[in-house]
Amino acid sequence: MSGMTDAAALQGAAADAARRKRAYARHYWPFVVPAAIVVLAVIVFPWVFTIWMSLQEWKIGSGRSYVGLANYERLLNDERFHWSILRTLYFTALAVVIPVVLGVAAALIFHRRFPLRGLARTIFILPMMATPVAVALVWTMMFHPQLGVLNWILSQFGIPPSMWVYDQSTVIPTLVMVEVWHWTPLVMLLVLGGLASLPVDPYEAAKIDGATGWQAFRYITLPLLAPFIMVAVIIRTIDALKAFDTIYVITQGGPGTASETINIFLYLNAFAYYNMGYASAVVVVFFTIIIGLALLLLWSRERFKDAVR
Amino acid sequence: MSAPAGIRRRPLRKILDRIGLAIAVFFFVSPAALVFLWMLSLSLKTEIDNIAYPPVFIPNPPTLDNFRAVFERNDFLRQAWNSIVVSFGATGIALLVGIPAGYGIAKMRATKAAVLILIARITPGLSYLIPLFLLFQWVGLTGTLWPIVITHLVLTVPIAVWVMIGFFEGLPAELEEAALVDGATIWQAFRHVALPLARPGITVATILAFIFSWNNFIFAMVLAGRETRTLPVAVNNMLTFEQIAWGPLSAAALLVTLPVVVLTLVAQKQIVAGLTQGGVKGA
Repeated sequence: MSGMTDAAALQGAAADAARRKRAYARHYWPFVVPAAIVVLAVIVFPWVFTIWMSLQEWKIGSGRSYVGLANYERLLNDERFHWSILRTLYFTALAVVIPVVLGVAAALIFHRRFPLRGLARTIFILPMMATPVAVALVWTMMFHPQLGVLNWILSQFGIPPSMWVYDQSTVIPTLVMVEVWHWTPLVMLLVLGGLASLPVDPYEAAKIDGATGWQAFRYITLPLLAPFIMVAVIIRTIDALKAFDTIYVITQGGPGTASETINIFLYLNAFAYYNMGYASAVVVVFFTIIIGLALLLLWSRERFKDAVR
Repeated sequence: MSAPAGIRRRPLRKILDRIGLAIAVFFFVSPAALVFLWMLSLSLKTEIDNIAYPPVFIPNPPTLDNFRAVFERNDFLRQAWNSIVVSFGATGIALLVGIPAGYGIAKMRATKAAVLILIARITPGLSYLIPLFLLFQWVGLTGTLWPIVITHLVLTVPIAVWVMIGFFEGLPAELEEAALVDGATIWQAFRHVALPLARPGITVATILAFIFSWNNFIFAMVLAGRETRTLPVAVNNMLTFEQIAWGPLSAAALLVTLPVVVLTLVAQKQIVAGLTQGGVKGA
């Protein structure tokens, strides 16, 4: 009898403590106020304002008028915009798959011990931190069809020179190459973090059972790494969709419109043609695409987790 | 006496394995190294060597003329100063509001606020630019560095808050609770207990916010006038106007990215910790 009351009392006390803790948590809101003001002013305000602006016909220099959904209708019929979406998806697909595959391979290598590993890893992650504009300029010089060093390197292997970013058919793969150079290190770091957290036991068991190195990788490492690889895929997808600096500096969307992604199309409409209303509609659609893809990937990640379990 | 074949074979396999590893490391490291070395090489050569075919790799003799040209010509020093003011300003403000916010969000377990920060991080920078561009025109801030500092908050505040949330969540709560029991206010517990413990997290947030701001191109490109250009914008303009002056262009590019490269070399550990935090924990 008394035992039961004790248990009940204990439970009550615990619930009390939890409730007090939760009530207490509320006292921390003043800490968030300054940041909330900044976020409201420079992040949330632009979001709301953009939606409102996308309903206006608004060219800088001339006036502004409410046009309802006319900007969106125009987008539906704007072939240049449709092409920019396709190009963005093409660029993104390549700029996700290649860095992820190479990044996983690099992580497996940097997970092993070898002399000068620290130095090699530092050099390997430098591209990720370097100023994109500065590096893009060096790439531009390397892509020069006559004087660039890349065509000279190709010639040493007996490969005919490429037009790199100066030809409509090679421009996007070439830009992807720069993107791969920039961001494979981030994938490597994310996967390396995953490798460091792997348990040892399954490998010992596999060794006793006589599994080959490849089998251990295929049936133990890869499934355990899957969540980390998925995070890398999500981050890469978002960053590839957003890619701007490299493309703008190297090609500005050219030759013609061959590398005009959504971001470049958006930039030109807003700050070259000053069609603020139309550009705002592009922002809304672009943002929806990004969030949609991010949610899709997150959802598939959850599905994936359940499947593995 | 008869040693099994396996043991005799092992050294050979080991050697092959080592060679394979060396080739793989070379494959991954050389593209990164070569681009930076080529940048250095271009910046130290004369213009004749820079456009020679086949290319000249080792500057002979190396010349500092390109760097001299960068400093003499146009407004490199002022642009460097602009970049410094903007990056330090945007980083400072981000820490000032971001550290307490990270603390508050961690304490309140306000996951919704964290999601907002995440969305802010994945929104393309350009989408903030149109409304803010118009706003700055109305308010009349154009022509000063303020618009650039303010737009850079879009980058620095989310990363600072994000890093600090993760860091404060990882701190043991016992010490602060003890301080609160002893009669300290919430503010005192934050200021004298949590804040000193959070110093490594603050370092990570500072470095990342600074690098994001320093490297940013698009905000200043749209918002800056002739007097307020930051370095990335200035270097990009050099390409437009002197197509084939590769020496000075490379020298300028090298100078722009040098602070970040040095920072990466010195603070690699913090950078890696900060960048992988969200990802690894999310898994």
